[in-house]
Amino acid sequence: MNVVTIESAGIELEADVLVIGGGPAGTWAAISAAAEGAKVVLADKGFCGSSGATAPSGTGVWYVKPEDRLRQEAKDSRYTLGGQLADNDWMNRVLDRTYDNMNKLGAWGYPFPLNDSGDQHRRSLQGPEYMKLMRKLVLKAGVKILDHSPALELLADEHGVGGAAGVRTQKGGTWRVRAGAVVIATGGCAFLSKALGCNVLTGDGYLMAAEAGAELSGMEFSNAYAISPTFSSVTKTAYYRYASFYYEDGSIVEGAGSQRGRSVIARNLLQGRQVFASLDQAPAEIQPMLRVAQTNFFLPFDRFGIDPFKDRFPVTLRLEGTVRGTGGIHITDTDCSTKVPGLYAAGDAATRELICGGFTGGGSHNAAWAMSSGSFAGEGAARYARRLGLLKGTRRLQGLASSPLAGSTDASTAGRTEEAVRAVQAEVMPYNRNLFRTEAGLDDSLGRLDTLWQERREGAVGRDIGGVKAREATAMTATARWMYRTARLRTETRGMHKREDFPRLDESQRYRLVSSGLDDIRVRVERLAAQPATNSGSAAGTRTETNDPVTVAGLHAEATFPGSDIARYETTTAGLTGVGQENPVPSASASADQPAKEAARS
Amino acid sequence: MIEIISESKCISCNLCVSVCPTNVFDRTSGGIPVIARQSECQTCFMCELYCPVDAMYVSPDAESAQVVDENELEQAGLLGGYREKVGWGPGRTPVAKHPYMYELTTKGAIS
Repeated sequence: MNVVTIESAGIELEADVLVIGGGPAGTWAAISAAAEGAKVVLADKGFCGSSGATAPSGTGVWYVKPEDRLRQEAKDSRYTLGGQLADNDWMNRVLDRTYDNMNKLGAWGYPFPLNDSGDQHRRSLQGPEYMKLMRKLVLKAGVKILDHSPALELLADEHGVGGAAGVRTQKGGTWRVRAGAVVIATGGCAFLSKALGCNVLTGDGYLMAAEAGAELSGMEFSNAYAISPTFSSVTKTAYYRYASFYYEDGSIVEGAGSQRGRSVIARNLLQGRQVFASLDQAPAEIQPMLRVAQTNFFLPFDRFGIDPFKDRFPVTLRLEGTVRGTGGIHITDTDCSTKVPGLYAAGDAATRELICGGFTGGGSHNAAWAMSSGSFAGEGAARYARRLGLLKGTRRLQGLASSPLAGSTDASTAGRTEEAVRAVQAEVMPYNRNLFRTEAGLDDSLGRLDTLWQERREGAVGRDIGGVKAREATAMTATARWMYRTARLRTETRGMHKREDFPRLDESQRYRLVSSGLDDIRVRVERLAAQPATNSGSAAGTRTETNDPVTVAGLHAEATFPGSDIARYETTTAGLTGVGQENPVPSASASADQPAKEAARS
Repeated sequence: MIEIISESKCISCNLCVSVCPTNVFDRTSGGIPVIARQSECQTCFMCELYCPVDAMYVSPDAESAQVVDENELEQAGLLGGYREKVGWGPGRTPVAKHPYMYELTTKGAIS
């Protein structure tokens, strides 16, 4: 293989800001950077406008009028559900920016429905419509879009990140963009589970960020599973609030439900008992409205001749990983910058703990986070690139991939990639490994994942489609290791993270776990401010320390340690019985639909 | 997974090739695109939604290929059925602005 030949078959571009990923966060980043005067390139793995979890779907949005009472209710609604790890200042900023951006969408032509007064009702977005508009806005802003152009690696020099390189899967050859700053908006990781729109979301951005030295936060909050018919990719869980759950003989599955009862469904499935659902609790008068509000939800039923309001259909729980989890790249400042100069993160690629702690419960917060963090990151990256100024043309950039990028992918390499994907899936998909976690299970998985990581690290990666798939498998492997390392250390049950061996919340573990590293995974504690009183109108916790693990205060003097030295952390469980409180399982009134109800009241 | 590109309806615009997030289709020289990598299909229905002439059919089954008959699908109104519901195409109103979207929230239901 001759590298020069490949390079000459590619394109090379210069920009102030490169955005990787063209979903909601990436498109908002692109138009926000362009509005700051930056020259912007956006590279999407698939097609900007149809790629990712949002485009084929529909989502509520955390859109709350700027009135104190409404805002406080909105912030309180999921604060406890999220294990009290959200941050008041961040929630305020995201609520403000989401409100502004949704209003802009209305002005820019998004076809919102009208309320009784004839004003736009801006509470949800239809994915196809939203993302078609976002693509149009990105192009109108003068942004250069590279479709079908997955990134293989970031480029950097001693000043920090300065671009990325990848493959053009439809046009052939490679791409390389030199940029003053890079925004990673590659989404989360759903481990190729075929959850709706999620197969482009393989944790690529986590891997690239970690290779550049960035940290991740909240990776233990990565075990989201969505209810879906067994025969379908459509993972819209919201409507299952209207469902009854049955066994094959027609008897009721006690305790099963879309929110607190998802575990009951999982335990039945684990024991080989198929669970069936029927949306037979939906009042007849709203059924036609439900059909309109989520057209895609009904598509599989209509095509298979099933009436979901009457018939019983078999359901499963499909892994959505960090897509509907909350873990992601650690954010170090209000402009969504990371620890690495020139590197920004937005959307599901970034941690969402800042606004919803360890549990999202639905698309509403993620959608708000995507459009807000995208804007923050785009603006921050543009300003950073401007400060960098003339330097950017003279930089000697090198690729950061942890595996050697060389050669082209042959059949045996492609085979190893497929094996690796299956191997990672076998660790993260089973409910008794990822949904219900135990120390023994996590250690067991980590042993195999560490071995797999070494294999992945050593294998050469071609600058072609096979190389893209190889990197996806590597990113999934790395993601699983960050997930389980942090899950291993969080010896309690908090947010979506469930430990069978530590089924209660431990107040002394009200902190974030920040992970980093590739071969040796390090985890440090990021402590939060004193426990706030919830539902009282007082501020939620603010971060006390961000980047300096040495000065982290509190119970754990040693906040930084190598991944192999897990034992030290076992002390965190010491006070469990004394201070533990009930597992924050949502009550019916605090379920995921809460913001929508609030929105309806407002 | 994607099952059908109707030879009689396809106008070779290749929009499906472009919009497919997982690169399932290939262009052909002068003809209609082909389903080159069906196993890569994630069953997101975007190709069908973007097809301007309702020439495509995605079976809801995400795991395995289905045997389908184009004439039967046509008669059942399933070719282009999703696009119609989303309200895309000439003379249609986007479902996004349907009054039910608002009405549903007034009933305390989720949208």
